[in-house]
Amino acid sequence: MNRQIAQLFGLFVVLFAVLVAFTSYWSVLDAEGLEDNPSNRRALIREQKIPRGLILASDGRTKLAVSVPRGRGEDRVYTRTYPTQGLFSHPVGYSYLRNGRISLERSRNDALAGEEDEFESIFTGLEGREREGLDVVTNLSVEGTQAAQAALGGRKGAVVAIEPQTGKVRVMVSIPEYDANLVPSDFGRLNRDPNKPLLNRTTQELYPPGSTFKVVTATAALDSGELTPESIIDGSSPKEISGVPLSNAGGTSFGPISFTDALTNSVNTVFAQVGEQIGRRTLVEYMKRYGFYADPQLDYPDEQMIPSGIINGDGDYVENGFDVGRVAIGQGGLEGEVRAAPIQMAQVAAAVANGGRLMRPQLTDRIVRKDGRVAERIEPDLQSTVMKPETADELTAMMSRVVEEGTGTAAALAGITVAGKTGTAEVGANREFTQPWFIAFAPVENPRMAIAVTVERTTGQGGTVAAPIAKTVLEALLGGGG
Amino acid sequence: MSARARELFGLLPVSLLVVAGFAAVLATRTADVQDATLTYGAVFLGLCVVAHLFIRARLPDADPYLFPLAALLAAVGLVLIYRIDPELAREQAQWFVVGLIFFCGTILLIRDHHVLERYRYLIAAASIALLVLPRLPGIGAQVNGAFLAIELGPIKFQPAEFAKLGIIIFLASYLRETGDILVRPRLRPLPFQRQLLLYGVPVVLTLLAILVLDLGPAGSVLLVVFVASLVAVLRERPSPKHFGPLLLVWGLAMLMLIFIRDLGSALMFFGGFLALLYVATGRLSLVGVGVTMFFGGAFFFANQVSHVRDRFEIWLDTFSTERVLCPSTGEMTEFVNCQGYQVAQSLFAQADGGLFGEGFGRSLIEAPGGSILIPAPHTDLIYSVLVNEAGLFGAAGLVGAYLLLVFRGFKISMLAADGFSKLLAVGLTSVLALQVFVIVGGVTRVIPLTGVTLPMVSYGGSSLLANLVLLALLLIVSDSARRERIKRGGLV
Repeated sequence: MNRQIAQLFGLFVVLFAVLVAFTSYWSVLDAEGLEDNPSNRRALIREQKIPRGLILASDGRTKLAVSVPRGRGEDRVYTRTYPTQGLFSHPVGYSYLRNGRISLERSRNDALAGEEDEFESIFTGLEGREREGLDVVTNLSVEGTQAAQAALGGRKGAVVAIEPQTGKVRVMVSIPEYDANLVPSDFGRLNRDPNKPLLNRTTQELYPPGSTFKVVTATAALDSGELTPESIIDGSSPKEISGVPLSNAGGTSFGPISFTDALTNSVNTVFAQVGEQIGRRTLVEYMKRYGFYADPQLDYPDEQMIPSGIINGDGDYVENGFDVGRVAIGQGGLEGEVRAAPIQMAQVAAAVANGGRLMRPQLTDRIVRKDGRVAERIEPDLQSTVMKPETADELTAMMSRVVEEGTGTAAALAGITVAGKTGTAEVGANREFTQPWFIAFAPVENPRMAIAVTVERTTGQGGTVAAPIAKTVLEALLGGGG
Repeated sequence: MSARARELFGLLPVSLLVVAGFAAVLATRTADVQDATLTYGAVFLGLCVVAHLFIRARLPDADPYLFPLAALLAAVGLVLIYRIDPELAREQAQWFVVGLIFFCGTILLIRDHHVLERYRYLIAAASIALLVLPRLPGIGAQVNGAFLAIELGPIKFQPAEFAKLGIIIFLASYLRETGDILVRPRLRPLPFQRQLLLYGVPVVLTLLAILVLDLGPAGSVLLVVFVASLVAVLRERPSPKHFGPLLLVWGLAMLMLIFIRDLGSALMFFGGFLALLYVATGRLSLVGVGVTMFFGGAFFFANQVSHVRDRFEIWLDTFSTERVLCPSTGEMTEFVNCQGYQVAQSLFAQADGGLFGEGFGRSLIEAPGGSILIPAPHTDLIYSVLVNEAGLFGAAGLVGAYLLLVFRGFKISMLAADGFSKLLAVGLTSVLALQVFVIVGGVTRVIPLTGVTLPMVSYGGSSLLANLVLLALLLIVSDSARRERIKRGGLV
């Protein structure tokens, strides 16, 4: 009998080993999968019991999000309030038990919630410290944000300002904004609102960029050596592009004209020919260097960003088969039309401003412990080298002319030189509305700020509608010492 | 060192654990360690020393590790239950005292466990009666769809906990007697024609059945194993009249599925039965027939009895987000948030525990506002609470403690001289080990979750009482076995 007993014991050893194996699987090996399961509310509930870190503006003082305790003892929970109401709603987002979290509240959640790994949490436990969240100091400028919101004056649209050398995002304004404090009570209404206040137009919406896209076309033409700023091209109007006549704005016929003058006056027929000359492959190559065809590399949730690019009538991203002449001037057709998020166009301006080196855009400057020690500093990071420095210099000179004497004179600042490009896309079923744009950077000699401004479905030109907004925001950002 | 001295020393770490455990829980509760923790430790140690002195007087040669291991498990249970609800822990502590009285009573009453053999049919009948009790109108009570408890006034009682002891005693005695004659090897090989008949007919019939009935892969494997085992049994000389009681046990297990609607208890009983059958006869073929019959029956009833079918569905599709009608609220909800809730939450809690756990007293059992995050934390899901608070290491330690207990139980069986003692020790140990497997396997999704207690650890009077009686029986068997060995000079 003893042999059978020993065998039976062996069976139980195996069975118990299976139990330990399964426990290991759930508690360690698949723990992350289970924690990410949408039905798992444990993390959210536990985090409610921890004071979440502050979110601060770039001055390190202005509180954009704070946690307020409610209840006593065991039942004490912390809820989020947003002292600046709607002002920073799009970059900051919200974090609530029932509604989940978005924007920085989501992308910086680990820091804000004071997430610790296994060993850290043991030390926290041993030292008897309460777990608490870390503060996130953003790059967002209070003055710049206020100026952008005031300048848009309630018109639907977006403003993004980026420091070219560092990629710091100083302004991210999307109108309409929403008051994050109202999310728990009014989420349904906000979600159904036809004006889409919860949509961050700077990263989640694509617009036809119009003539601002000519900067991309010019980059490709100059950097690939196809043209120089002095190249002379026929600017007469109309001109047949892909078998269909294309006209300049207002039907103006320029005749032979230099490439620089063509950008200054935003001559469609010239840029359409340039597009056809450099070809689809080169244009798409440079678009990718600028960051098109991929989510912005921003510290922001992936779900809230969409790639810019050339999109066909079915909504698919395409890299060939499109009418390259019309895409080169920021338009297109059913086979492919260029669409860009405002942050993408701000990155175009920033890349030119930084000598062709595109820096990764960053909303966060640093993560700070409660005792003031810096836990993590977000260092500037090169995203891609878009063009040669000489190309950037040439483009800067060309774009300066736009503000000095071309379509963008409304953006000129007193004492500070500005380089920019206007754009006006026609939208609506009968092209009855416009999508005015302005992208710029300043000062020209040593650019400290790049900006993109656009207004949604309005009337008027980029030079008259968007450029003045950019001027106001640049003044607020540069006037106060940056 | 004598066996009893080793037992006493074994109790020391146990009381340290109680003190440390209560201190940890109280520290997270009130931020300072109170004198109460020392009192808890002292009282627990006192009780254990009393039981130890009793064992010393009555069973001086009994296994020295069994009692400290059981005390360790009870201590872990008390700390965890205290952490969940101090009131429940007070009740459980009272049950522990009552249980120790039962423990000592059993040792006093049964001087020689062989007397149990005399009453085996009485014990069997009483056990079956105990199993049926919860189904009787008036005193029966349905818990989560299964009929496991009876209510006598204020006392809720789970008779199945005691029935398992009775059935093991009966089977040990019955198989001791019939194990040798149940199957006997043939002295001469069968003539060729008979062999052809014995092997040929089942092969043809099995193939036909698989083709005609369209059984699917699982069913086919089951049938093939069943037929092969059956042929192996028939090849020897099975004794039909002695198989009767064994078929009865199978029928009993199936009845438990239908009447008590509890897969876990059925698995426990039948598993214990098969373990005994194997040890008594040494025939794997009998186990093969038994296992396939059980699974065949279980799959059949899984489709017939809705409660059992639900358990299977929850096991396989725990995280399904399909929207279904939730019977408890009457609303349309995602499956994972209604039927699958308990198992899903059990796994979520374990995921939170990680390697080292969140610390005693830190587990999240209720959400602010009162919604339950770990349903039945003190009974079914106590293991999940342990994984959450003590992590994988704590849980592995607990499983290790059970394994040591099982090891000591089997050791007793191996030392015992007579068949009944051997079978009794193996049966009691196996049923305890199976119970651990059924509940821990349930909450870790190895098998469908069914509500049995984690022996010695879960809250529950009947369970604690029954397990302490089980422990007493093991100690009695151990005492006599070791005494004989010592007499013969085989054990120092």
